[in-house]
Amino acid sequence: MLPLRSHNSYLASIGHRLSGLALALFLPFHFIMLATALGGSDSLAGALALVDRPLFKVAEWGLVTLLALHLSFGIRVLALEWVASSQSPGTLGRWVISCAGFALLVGGIMLFRMA
Amino acid sequence: MSTSTNPAGEQETATLAVRIWRGGEQGRWAEYRVAARENQTVLDVVTEVQRTHEPSLAYRFACRVGVCGSCAMTVNGQPRWTCRTHVRKVTGSGTLVIEPLRNLPRIKDLVCDLEPFIDTWQKAGATFKGGRTRHEPPHRVDPDSPARKRADAALQCINCAVCYSACDVVHWNRSYVGPAALNRAWTLMNDVRHVKRAETFDRAFGRDGCGSCHSQGNCVRFCPVELNPAGSIAGLKRMAFTGTEIRDDG
Repeated sequence: MLPLRSHNSYLASIGHRLSGLALALFLPFHFIMLATALGGSDSLAGALALVDRPLFKVAEWGLVTLLALHLSFGIRVLALEWVASSQSPGTLGRWVISCAGFALLVGGIMLFRMA
Repeated sequence: MSTSTNPAGEQETATLAVRIWRGGEQGRWAEYRVAARENQTVLDVVTEVQRTHEPSLAYRFACRVGVCGSCAMTVNGQPRWTCRTHVRKVTGSGTLVIEPLRNLPRIKDLVCDLEPFIDTWQKAGATFKGGRTRHEPPHRVDPDSPARKRADAALQCINCAVCYSACDVVHWNRSYVGPAALNRAWTLMNDVRHVKRAETFDRAFGRDGCGSCHSQGNCVRFCPVELNPAGSIAGLKRMAFTGTEIRDDG
């Protein structure tokens, strides 16, 4: 990583964008899955059986964690623009640790519920 | 100058390894050794290389005291004002690596073409337009007004292009006007004498304007005079949301 990118504020910014892209890729598949319900319960049950596999479960966990990460990094941007614009992004850069912690907590809760 | 004594009892002068970019966009790295001194800036080193090793080395400087903003270069991977950057502060690995600023065309050696950077100021509407002639009394500016305080906080930009060079959004999208121009636009939006606020706002918030900022914060981290361009950009966004103070008067 370039020396000018090795700071928390940059990591928060990149984390926000990458998690957003991952969610954008996920959402069409999510809606396709929901749309199978329009074809009747058998159609939905068939689709749900397809994703009831360990690989999909791990992917779901990753997506929920990314969603939590994206949410918390989004709150950071709002805080930067509306609450703390007189402070530097560096000050809010420490947010990256809190965001990662929050995302892992949400992911952990999901794992606990899946178990 | 740092000296040490070798096992034979002879005085040795410490030297500093320097790698400098030579050429334009296509070029090469050249290595030099200069005397390591207790107290030397990066600009001192570049000057010593030019005077003692490489007379054809091209670089820019003027004031040497952190006022003019003309000596900015990339030092060990980070954009810096070289006249106020001590070598000790940046040579963790022992070698000083100096190249031109990123995100700008390289002309020769350490000199880059600043025209794209200057053009962004026009593009962002960052040009002051007063509304009074010399025959009228000057505009009264209340130094304690909130708007003036916001403008004053962002006013001391020395146009060094360090933030423009540090910004990854500029690196990805050369059409983006960058932090310095938007910071300047923010000062004008808070200047009661500026009569083209609506135009400035339209330009600053237009395509390639402040909406492209990703809040990375590199501009704040590297601004040598410790301004907060990200805060200025946030102010412009807030202004767009609330619609306040976007009017032409004066």
